[in-house]
Amino acid sequence: MKKLVVSLSLLLLLAGCSGSGNWGWYVIDPRTSGGWTNIKFLISGMGSTILISVIAASISIILGLIVALPGQSANRWLRLVNRIYVEFIRSIPLLPMLFWVFYGLPIVFKSMGMNVPIDPFWGAIITLAISDSAFTAEIYRSGIQSIARGQSEAAQTVGLNYIQTMRYVILPQAIRRILPPLANQFIYIVKMSAFASVIGMQELTRRANELVVTEYRPLEIYTLLIVEYLVLVLIISAGVRWLERKMGSDERV
Amino acid sequence: MADSAIELVGVNKWYGDFHVLKDIDLSVGAGEKVVICGPSGSGKSTVVRCINKLEEHQRGTIHLFGRELTNDPKSVASIQGEVGMVFQQFNLFPHLSVLDNLTLGPMKARGLNRADAEERARHYLTRVRIPDQADKMPKQLSGGQQQRVAIARSLCMEPKALLFDEPTSALDPEMISEVLNVMVELAQEGMTMIVVTHEMGFARKVADQMVFMDEGEIVEHGPPDTFFGNPKTARCQKFLSQILQH
Repeated sequence: MKKLVVSLSLLLLLAGCSGSGNWGWYVIDPRTSGGWTNIKFLISGMGSTILISVIAASISIILGLIVALPGQSANRWLRLVNRIYVEFIRSIPLLPMLFWVFYGLPIVFKSMGMNVPIDPFWGAIITLAISDSAFTAEIYRSGIQSIARGQSEAAQTVGLNYIQTMRYVILPQAIRRILPPLANQFIYIVKMSAFASVIGMQELTRRANELVVTEYRPLEIYTLLIVEYLVLVLIISAGVRWLERKMGSDERV
Repeated sequence: MADSAIELVGVNKWYGDFHVLKDIDLSVGAGEKVVICGPSGSGKSTVVRCINKLEEHQRGTIHLFGRELTNDPKSVASIQGEVGMVFQQFNLFPHLSVLDNLTLGPMKARGLNRADAEERARHYLTRVRIPDQADKMPKQLSGGQQQRVAIARSLCMEPKALLFDEPTSALDPEMISEVLNVMVELAQEGMTMIVVTHEMGFARKVADQMVFMDEGEIVEHGPPDTFFGNPKTARCQKFLSQILQH
């Protein structure tokens, strides 16, 4: 895999240097002032991409738990609410949901007599958080179900109610198994945040699009864009692995 | 039988089409010890699991201390603190220390403050003879010690009755007696107990009633003398000869 990446990027680079006229790395050449300005422009979207992803993931982690808990209930109607939410949200593609939230939701609010403007920043966050929460909820579900049934039975026999059982017995044990897949889900959010570019959010992809329009160099600029996501995701991956090791070494079960 | 601590009348339970409990009648007086035995799959565990509402029964009535066990969540919650349960697999909370295992129920369900709950926990740890293990994690203890912690955890709720579901079946042989000794002491102190077990030595020592179950029904039921000395049914005779032959 590593070999493939190295040889592929080498190939691209060589092709670019061959001067055949099809490649123009000058557009993002840090040695020229123009190229450096372009690079700074592209990277300046990083902050928004990270901010949107972090806020959306935080909301999704809380929302996912709120959605997951009724799914574990003995009450069949509560379980139904959970199933409907998960199946419904999970089936909506991100882009249509983004359009609906950004262009549609303000109209819904207006019809209810409320004036709630939704800017691209919050439009993207709301969409990513809700869309992701269905997956987060399923991660919680598998984590909770992985804790042996005897644990909740023992909690019941010492008089704990459902909420107490979750809070003091099940979730503290489940969290170790839930954290790594949740962190993985964060990578997914970072990548999906690229969709925010279509409603005008100034993040990584939007910056690249704008530069392409002025420079007419899609190949080089989008290559750099991909490298930007690659670096971002690799950093998060390293964090996830560190987390998994930490959780593993802390394993007391 | 209003003075019964635990009273089952015509209890039936199905898992889908499978009829696990067939017309179970059982009356346990306050302070009485009942030992239930029988081959695996006979429904003996299901009986005790129905009594503390870990399972629902579909027909018949279960009364605990004069109150009927219904499906109303409030009734379930109030019963589950009053009837303690000891599981085959201990089911200690692995992420909590021994002491925290014991104080969780009293603090969260009974509203005791930490100091009182810990005092109570240490009292019962002393009674099950492991007072110095309070700060260890469950997995640092032997199986026998873990099961005694589980018994102490039940006692911390100060239950009116204790249910045991094969409490020694998951233990190495040399650890069985330390758990049984604790159970014998509890029995002698007057605790109402229903014990699912194959430990017939224990049964002879403490049981007031012996119950033999097979295929979801109570096949034989009586005082230990007649139960061991003169079993009436062929199924019970066969079962006893199998587990007593060694």
